[in-house]
Amino acid sequence: MREHDGWKGFAPGVWRDEINVRDFIQKNYAPYEGDEKFLAPPTARTEKVKEKLFSLLAAEREKGGVLDIDTETISSLTSYAPGYLDRENELIVGLQTDAPLRRGVNPFGGMRMVESACRAYGYEISDKVRDSFNYRTTHNEGVFRVYNEESRAARRCGIITGLPDAYGRGRVIGDYRRLALYGADRLIAEKKRDKDELSRGVMDSDSIRQSEELYQQINFLKKLKEMAAAYGCDVSAPALDARQAVQWLYFAYLGAIKEQNGAAMSLGRVSSFLDIYFERDLRLGLLDEAGVQELLDDFVVKLRLARHLRTPDYNELFGGDPMWITEAIGGMGEDGRTLVTKSSCRILHTLYNLGPSAEPNLTVLWSERLPAAFKRYIAKVSCDTNAIQYENDDIMRPLFGDDYGIACCVSAMRIGKETQYFGARVNLPKMLLMSLNGGRDEISGELTGPEGEPYADEYLEYDKVVAAMDPYRAWLAKTYVNTMNIIHYMHDKYAYEKTQMALHDTAVHRFMAFGAAGLSVLADSLSAIKYARVKPVRGEGGLITGFETEGAYPAYGNDDDRVDGIAREQAELFLAELKKHPTYRNAEHTLSILTITSNVVYGKKTGATPDGRQKGEPFAPGANPMHGREKNGAIASMNSVAKLPYEVCKDGISNTFSIIPAALGKTAEERYANLVALLSGYFRQQGHHLNVNVMKPELLQAAYDDPEAYPNLTIRVSGYAVNFHKLSREQRLEVLERTFHEAV
Amino acid sequence: MAAREGRIHSFQSLGGADGPGLRYVVFMQGCLLRCLYCHNPDAWEPEAGESCAPEAVVEKIRRCRNYLGEKSGVTVSGGEPLLQWEFVEELFRLLQKEGFHTALDTSGQGDIRGAERVLRRTDLVLCDLKFASEQEYRQYTGGSLRATLDFLRLTEKMRVPLWLRHVVVPGLTATAEQVLAIGRLASEFQNIEKIELLPFKNICAVKYKAMNLSFPLADTPAMKRAELENLQRIANQALRSAGPIWYT
Repeated sequence: MREHDGWKGFAPGVWRDEINVRDFIQKNYAPYEGDEKFLAPPTARTEKVKEKLFSLLAAEREKGGVLDIDTETISSLTSYAPGYLDRENELIVGLQTDAPLRRGVNPFGGMRMVESACRAYGYEISDKVRDSFNYRTTHNEGVFRVYNEESRAARRCGIITGLPDAYGRGRVIGDYRRLALYGADRLIAEKKRDKDELSRGVMDSDSIRQSEELYQQINFLKKLKEMAAAYGCDVSAPALDARQAVQWLYFAYLGAIKEQNGAAMSLGRVSSFLDIYFERDLRLGLLDEAGVQELLDDFVVKLRLARHLRTPDYNELFGGDPMWITEAIGGMGEDGRTLVTKSSCRILHTLYNLGPSAEPNLTVLWSERLPAAFKRYIAKVSCDTNAIQYENDDIMRPLFGDDYGIACCVSAMRIGKETQYFGARVNLPKMLLMSLNGGRDEISGELTGPEGEPYADEYLEYDKVVAAMDPYRAWLAKTYVNTMNIIHYMHDKYAYEKTQMALHDTAVHRFMAFGAAGLSVLADSLSAIKYARVKPVRGEGGLITGFETEGAYPAYGNDDDRVDGIAREQAELFLAELKKHPTYRNAEHTLSILTITSNVVYGKKTGATPDGRQKGEPFAPGANPMHGREKNGAIASMNSVAKLPYEVCKDGISNTFSIIPAALGKTAEERYANLVALLSGYFRQQGHHLNVNVMKPELLQAAYDDPEAYPNLTIRVSGYAVNFHKLSREQRLEVLERTFHEAV
Repeated sequence: MAAREGRIHSFQSLGGADGPGLRYVVFMQGCLLRCLYCHNPDAWEPEAGESCAPEAVVEKIRRCRNYLGEKSGVTVSGGEPLLQWEFVEELFRLLQKEGFHTALDTSGQGDIRGAERVLRRTDLVLCDLKFASEQEYRQYTGGSLRATLDFLRLTEKMRVPLWLRHVVVPGLTATAEQVLAIGRLASEFQNIEKIELLPFKNICAVKYKAMNLSFPLADTPAMKRAELENLQRIANQALRSAGPIWYT
């Protein structure tokens, strides 16, 4: 393989002979063990760009959350003229449409979603766009051609919610670094070779589908070149310097978000990759520290401008207009060297240079062995910004190696080698209520599941209740897998991720990411049945609509094995049931305990539960205990969550933790040290994920009363961060009512 | 067995404000003082709370060991822990055996022989010095300053490191004179490491309401941060100017 101009000064390795970004990183990166004192403040140019960004964000807020919609153009890589934020000052170029914050329409996932989203903001989709889809099928149409009555009923009553059947599924992470390192031409050549090889074998439905997908991948790599050319850049060859590396990488990501409106479209793990280019330019004297920071700042400004057009219904599930541009930072290498580089600090430093923000979704991969100075720095960033989350590299690395990224909030996957089929989540408390009501929905009374004997005794008995759940769990799991298979078959068929999959190996491992909401409500309900006395209250036609619970019961969130064991068992049982059903394209079944902000909607659609939760009351987010039931403080609460086994919930276990600054320590340095101790403890305890908020509830209350006065208040919710003001009133109220840990 | 059990108000597995590092805090039930500004009236009644054996408490704490790194440990607070000195002595003995750092958060009021037994197992004393004169101490807490001073002398004699704490209440103790007096008193003890001024907060008013008690300071505002910092400087100065400290 000839050495390319873009590769001068890089240590050789197999990465030159094959597409292997990990090998390139391992051979070339410089671990950094020092502190953050080297970081540079924003340059005058960054300040100017930032000013433009902030005034646009203010204008977007004033217009009710959506600044503008281009209703005439179908979003794709080459369908818009080039757009700029500040042509004179920006270093990294490229926008999703021809103007900043103007949202495009993307009907490939579903036309109805686009129509109602436009209408919600006072726009009407153009006839031109509508007409072009008269002659093609959307993903949404495909799905509903095949859905059976069970899937429809499960959706309708809300026992399965948030399914990606009307919009892009997302959760696919392209290896955007590949474009910078190899250039489009090399990637095209590799894909052509794969396609040729495939065509020489047996052509069956799998290989025919794969072959057409490869055709599309190659086609979209060409479009990527065309898109970049419109901005005056030639991405056919590898990036020559650091600015080009950032630019090429961003173009690859930009192509993906022009093509797809996936629910979560992560960035991957780019900062330590880019660090290699920064270090080379610093060595060559082409850049100084201010110049490096400026490139990253400008890149992040672009990421903060990324938007998709969503409906109000969608926002109920995934509040705050999130993109989940998740960037995984740090972690350790398999050889024991840390993957923290100076650019790990630099990307976090954008939160200071540009102010706190929800996007990109900065995610620190925590390891016991991270450098001490870096641990202190990230604790400081958490205390200052509430904008980052932590995930346990020490339990993920053995399963995913040392070059994985995080899709959405908590879903690990090897970058460019693995992908997932996103599957939202089922409502576990509703499954319990359905079991007690013999298949009927506790709110509508409609028969939704298989008809069975309703629970007849005066009091609920634990053994009888868990036995009653078995057939309904089996039914729900089967319905869920079937539904997911249909969705992903159709998404592959009608809305395949061409750009992103072009940035994967041709042979990928697929996960089918199932999810569960309300685990803490289910565990507490079963605990109440087991340890207290629960009497069902029957309404019209004998339907159980409420419960009288007498006596105390051990509640999840207090490090009490009696109930924590129930939570664990229920997660295990559900995954085992899912695994009984084969998946589309032999994807590996995984399970997450994550809700995003859908815990509010799920609660709204669920009747009263035996734990004492009222009808309509929100669930706790993710795997969190119900608020107000944690009686022994934060560590006991974390210990309960940490007992959920990661090998069962391999798609992630989300835990959100909020604490008032004073409870964490008296001085800033004490707070950093204590937060580091807390994180070390949780992850040593095998916890998977922790969102950290260090803030006073009074501040949230003030922001709740007057959201417009706190436009930049960022808070971690469930696996991501949001601008508090972008949440719905109900979501804000729920955040406000969550447990804030404070010492007595 | 029952004699060895303690009556416990609550557990706080994450304390960042009661001693060095992260603390597992055990709040004991029962206190004989009636401080005007008390923020835990629910911990007064000695017969309330939950009964717990020391081994069971250690078991709860052991589960948190991963979080309690260097400089972290366990703080027993209250209520007044010295009222149940036998239980605390046993708890601290078990904890020290397992390598936990033990801190005693006390007013210093209680059986001095019991206190001595506890102090043998104590790595750090956090003592709340509530008022600097006998008259005020009696008036606002119902206890005796002399008892606290006796306790403090004992900690000095036994060479247990000491943090003195003092609650600053606007309109009552939040004055330079009061803080200076506390600082001077504190500087008499050779084992003192620092003075911590604790800001009065009125959020406990809800507890009084729930217990149908009137809270005499319901209308007193919370301490302002700037004022607290100013008073803390005065206290630090009073302590420093009093001479060298041989423990830190």
